[in-house]
Amino acid sequence: MQVPRSRRRRWHALLALPFVALLWLPLYARATPALWGVPFFYWYQFAWVLGSALITALVYARTRAPRP
Amino acid sequence: MNAAALIVFAVCLVLVAALGIASGRWGRGDLATVEEWGLAGRRFGTLLSWFLIGGDFYTAYTLIAVPALVFGVGASGFFALVYTILVYPVVFLVMPRLWRVAKRRNYVTLADFTQGRYGNHWLTLAIAVSGILATVPYIALQLVGIQVAIGALGFTSTAGPLAAAFALLAVWDYSSGLRAPASVALVKDTMVYTFVLVAVIYIPARLGGYAHIFAAAGRALAARPTPGFLILPPGQYLSFATLALGSALAAFLYPHMAASVLSAKSDGVIRRNAVLLPSYTLLLGLIALLGYMAIAAGVQVSNNNNAVPALLLRMLPGWFAGFCFAAIAIGGLVPAAIMAISASSLFTRSIYRRYLRPGLAPAAETAISKRVSLLLKLGALAFVLYGKPAFVINLQLLGSIWILQSFPAIVFGLYRRRWHPLALLAGWIAGMIAGTAMAWSQGIAVLYPLHLFGHTYSAYAAIDALALNLAVALALAPFCRRLARAAGNDETDPLDYEDPLPELAPAKA
Repeated sequence: MQVPRSRRRRWHALLALPFVALLWLPLYARATPALWGVPFFYWYQFAWVLGSALITALVYARTRAPRP
Repeated sequence: MNAAALIVFAVCLVLVAALGIASGRWGRGDLATVEEWGLAGRRFGTLLSWFLIGGDFYTAYTLIAVPALVFGVGASGFFALVYTILVYPVVFLVMPRLWRVAKRRNYVTLADFTQGRYGNHWLTLAIAVSGILATVPYIALQLVGIQVAIGALGFTSTAGPLAAAFALLAVWDYSSGLRAPASVALVKDTMVYTFVLVAVIYIPARLGGYAHIFAAAGRALAARPTPGFLILPPGQYLSFATLALGSALAAFLYPHMAASVLSAKSDGVIRRNAVLLPSYTLLLGLIALLGYMAIAAGVQVSNNNNAVPALLLRMLPGWFAGFCFAAIAIGGLVPAAIMAISASSLFTRSIYRRYLRPGLAPAAETAISKRVSLLLKLGALAFVLYGKPAFVINLQLLGSIWILQSFPAIVFGLYRRRWHPLALLAGWIAGMIAGTAMAWSQGIAVLYPLHLFGHTYSAYAAIDALALNLAVALALAPFCRRLARAAGNDETDPLDYEDPLPELAPAKA
């Protein structure tokens, strides 16, 4: 059984999250709160490397066709 | 000259050269066909694709230029990190679809796809030409990256080592096709991971920790004659966001990136890699931080590109610095080989076979591709040895604007065929002219100050040009449909794009 297309689309919409989080600069172009002396601007981006990969992993797990 | 560094460097390169040549025997396949030579028979599984795509995407020039940019301007250089995060959701959505139709219809290049989808050879020519134009300066930039690594070892003349690198690439391409960079990518990526992980732990320990590095870099950037910023100022928000978005949308339209994706064994391999490849992005972010470490260490260089090599030489033991430079140099060889292969496939299949020698046999096609690949590399070498580096960099910047103009034809074309090929071609021409003119008017810079409604918006010219491209394509579509009723033949079937592949679907009893 294939995952129905409409449900796949809803999962795919999750992939827009990293775009909003990273292209809307007022969200994170600031120095505080710093983490271990690393300004917010930097550790926020590093956190999104992982965040974006986890979101993609979730979408992958929810949309793949089960193995025959 | 540092003897330990030089010896380690030389040993690494000799080993890698032999590995690339031997890899032609890897996996059965008739290397006389373009599919085997240029896509390694579409047989790479998840792990190998991870190495290959990672090895192809994070190039020597990336390893040098991203920290150099951060060293030079500060926060705005980090658009590269955002770009390499956002590229993977795009890959996840778009590339499996491309892979399925390419597998089903035996497409080797993106221009093969547009030809099959739209049946219009002018549009195909446009896609092929922009792919080749964007790739050749990119090959030259890899040689520039290698040159920086060699220069750091203490060579005053880099012509000899560069010619050796060129000869090595030529032998790889002839003997093994895409298998050579794929097997070398395994070594290259392992070396780069080692280099970066050691550097970002060892160097900050010597410099007094990350908090100190950021504080020192912030002070030094603010004190410069043209101040840099540690935190992106509001005036740079738009340019930062458009550079990141434009680069993320364009990345996999480059012929070499398309080739490394199409060489995967299945569409699932690509989807899994969209999840796994961000590990390289983490690496890229750490590499970018090397720029701040160079500032904090007080490195003084005449050319920003030398900042990181100078930092490594100063902070690391000689033999390990040699290892790092070898990683950078090999990091240039892998993508350069794939670029030359994919650009020559584009030329042979979409230009030579179409206009100069119709009915070319597959074996002859591969032979021609190999020769063209050699010529492209010679051209790149000449660029580097006789042209000014600034010229190569400018061409590559223009190339990044040009390549994004193929986005509508390829990506929208994967979803529906409402777009008329002539309208797409007109949009492409408008985008190419506007993008080039915008960059040119700024003395070849990718940021263009657009004056709109009394405001000035400084944004990535590729995005402005893409907006114009789309507007023209949309506006002209109805006219094109009326003028030329035959919109070209679409040889693909809607099922070609969907998963699972029709031939893999369980047969009905």
